[in-house]
Amino acid sequence: MEPAMKTTPTQNWDTNVVLSVEHLTMRFGGLLAVNDLSFNVGRGDITALIGPNGAGKTTVFNCVTGFYKPTEGRIVMRHGKGFQSEKIEALTRTGRQFNDDGDDRVFLLERMPDFEISKRAKVARTFQNIRLFGGMTALENLLVAQHNPLMLASMMTIGGIFNLPGYKKARAEAIDFAAYWLEKTGLIERADDPAADLPYGDQRRLEIARAMCTRPHLLCLDEPAAGLNPRESTELNNLLQYIRKDHGTSILLIEHDMGVVMEISDHVVVLDYGEKISDGSADQVKNDPRVISAYLGVDEDEVAAVEAMIEMPPSERTPIPAKPAASKAKKKPGKNGKGGKS
Amino acid sequence: MAAAPNSGLMADSVKDAAIAALLVAVLGFFFFALRTDIGTGGLDLTYRWGMWFTAIAIVFAGRLLLNLFVFKTAKPVTSGITITVPAALTTVVGRFLGPVLLLMAVGLPFIVMVLFPDRDRQFIDLAILIMTYVMLGWGLNIVVGLAGLLDLGYVAFYAVGAYSFALMAQYLNIGFWTALPLAGLLAATWGIILGFPVLRLRGDYLAIVTLAFGEIIRVVLLNWYDFTGGPDGISGIPKPSFFGLDFSRTGGFAEYFGLDYSTIHRFIYLYYIILALALITNFVTLRLRKLPIGRAWEALREDEIACRSLGINTTNTKLTAFSIGAMFAGFAGSFFATRQGFISPESFTFLESAIILAIVVLGGLGSQIGVVIASVVMIGGIELLRNLGFLKEVFGPDFEPTQYRMLIFGLAMVLIMVWKPRGIISSRNPSAVYKERKKISSDMVAQGEGH
Ligand SMILES: Nc1ncnc2c1ncn2[C@@H]1O[C@H](COP(=O)(O)OP(=O)(O)O)[C@@H](O)[C@H]1O
Ligand SMILES: [Mg+2]
Repeated sequence: MEPAMKTTPTQNWDTNVVLSVEHLTMRFGGLLAVNDLSFNVGRGDITALIGPNGAGKTTVFNCVTGFYKPTEGRIVMRHGKGFQSEKIEALTRTGRQFNDDGDDRVFLLERMPDFEISKRAKVARTFQNIRLFGGMTALENLLVAQHNPLMLASMMTIGGIFNLPGYKKARAEAIDFAAYWLEKTGLIERADDPAADLPYGDQRRLEIARAMCTRPHLLCLDEPAAGLNPRESTELNNLLQYIRKDHGTSILLIEHDMGVVMEISDHVVVLDYGEKISDGSADQVKNDPRVISAYLGVDEDEVAAVEAMIEMPPSERTPIPAKPAASKAKKKPGKNGKGGKS
Repeated sequence: MAAAPNSGLMADSVKDAAIAALLVAVLGFFFFALRTDIGTGGLDLTYRWGMWFTAIAIVFAGRLLLNLFVFKTAKPVTSGITITVPAALTTVVGRFLGPVLLLMAVGLPFIVMVLFPDRDRQFIDLAILIMTYVMLGWGLNIVVGLAGLLDLGYVAFYAVGAYSFALMAQYLNIGFWTALPLAGLLAATWGIILGFPVLRLRGDYLAIVTLAFGEIIRVVLLNWYDFTGGPDGISGIPKPSFFGLDFSRTGGFAEYFGLDYSTIHRFIYLYYIILALALITNFVTLRLRKLPIGRAWEALREDEIACRSLGINTTNTKLTAFSIGAMFAGFAGSFFATRQGFISPESFTFLESAIILAIVVLGGLGSQIGVVIASVVMIGGIELLRNLGFLKEVFGPDFEPTQYRMLIFGLAMVLIMVWKPRGIISSRNPSAVYKERKKISSDMVAQGEGH
């Protein structure tokens, strides 16, 4: 689909694709936030979407998860293996949102409303400014995430009112599943505390746990490491690795911290001013002059010097006058971050 | 050095008090200083300078004292006053308050008959009124307290319920017990019809449009003369029967059970009907809160965007809250119709919505017990203020206490809101527990749209 820089012959994200973003354009009035962007997310990969502030990363997320309707372009989510080109083309012509055959379903996300994307296409997300249900306990947060299966089990509330056995069982299972994720995120001790009471790092992990409780095929994380201390950052890496390995969930994350990105991503896509400037493995991207110039705000002819410095261990680097672009703004753990764009 | 900040404080306070006094002088000029009466051949103008000056002086002095001792000092005198209730006491009260209130509610008619034998009808009637508001409060609590949707037109569904029964009785000769579920269903349907366009709006817009819809329903009832009787209302609405027995002098309830006929039977019966209806409302709400739908309502109040990212259809979720709330208002409405025997659009003004909303807000958003306390205080309190005859002894025979009813009432509301801005009962009970049930303080709980 996408003529990526193919130094190695085939990459997982070229053949085994869970999400493909095709010619995505998003315009806000006169502002072109995302311009003709195409990239693939490989099944089971950890894919990082990086770029300076304002590059359009969150906008891409909002298009993928249905919070914005893209101006142009197609976003395809696949549950089945393979590229399934014919099926997708056929579906595109019908004007339907997804095809209904069994497990190999494909979804055209740009046609679907946001909640259906989570419910049917199984794409879960977190937000750049955390959006937990602050007045509800950690456990309740994870139960809300299991709303749709629980709703079915309660027979749209009727069985629930009379506390029928089917609902009771589903409820116990939902609590177990929530407890499992609380355990995995190290929050089980705080299960009965209101989410707003948790420290910032815990809130970030709780939001990931909540997203995982929707049993997603693809997990989209918007700056999950922002504001974390180094220890929490390492824990986060381990958690993401675990999610990918043991649950087979593909992960698409936005990240500023290049350390985190280089360490855990299989595939990196770099955005600048809404356009893709690089796409490949972490190593390929790291050495791409365009990335370095975009990230560090230097001219391309200075790149060689910068490259030389990147090769050095961090302790020996002389500080480069940092552009605010790559600064890692610590956000306040707002209780209910309403009104903020994410 | 020490004197400087003090004199600064004095100067500041005087300046501030002077500004306040000036404002009163300007505003009060038209209300206090000038008075017009209709006289022969036009208006008579009288000047009341004394009153005007008194008002200015009171505001100046009050503001000055407040500035000196509360607003502007480093050590406000009020900082010493904190009302602390021992934690053990609150948990004990919390545990037993519900059951005790329930027992009292169940035994109330008989308690009243024993304690106040000559005013029992009046008191039971008041209890019926309070219970109606408890039910309405509980119904609105679903919409405002749980789902966080500020609905200023709740009385519309009360009206739909009342008129449904009244019209069914008038045109189709349907009795109360048949009409009751139908009225609830109709109100719920109206909830969906009105909710569908309205619930896309957020915050203040939602509040204003629900208010407008409430008024539209009232205005339609007022103007559709041929069908609803317009301002004349509908009278002769039948009373509920007790398993087919009427509460009539002959051949009714009393005769069947071998009792002496008394009008109090009907009052007691009505009381138990509304008690049962209210308890059903409460039971359903409490159950719904622990079910996925109720949890989704609360999540919606906390963060709608997060809800959508978790696959919750927020439009449907809001609609269910809106229509279930409307349904209970519909039940309460048809009860109101049968109790009164006569209804007209007069009974369904915006003031009614405001009172119900005030009950919910004062009680503490989402709190069921809070609604009960607030209803008793507000509705009972208003009635109590009608009976302030003893104040005549204090202020002389010209003093008319009922005139000050609303003033006292307003003051009480302001005081409660200052003391407990989140309502009387301001904590949230989690809907599911892993190990240990902890109360959630309301500072953390979001209030939803338009608060
Ligand atoms: N809802 C919106 N309305 C208008 N402009 C927006 C909106 N969302 C994002 N933008 C603009 O799009 C650009 C990209 O923003 P964003 O995707 O948040 O960047 P990033 O997440 O990469 O920092 C910015 O210039 C931002 O101001
Ligand atoms: Mg962003």
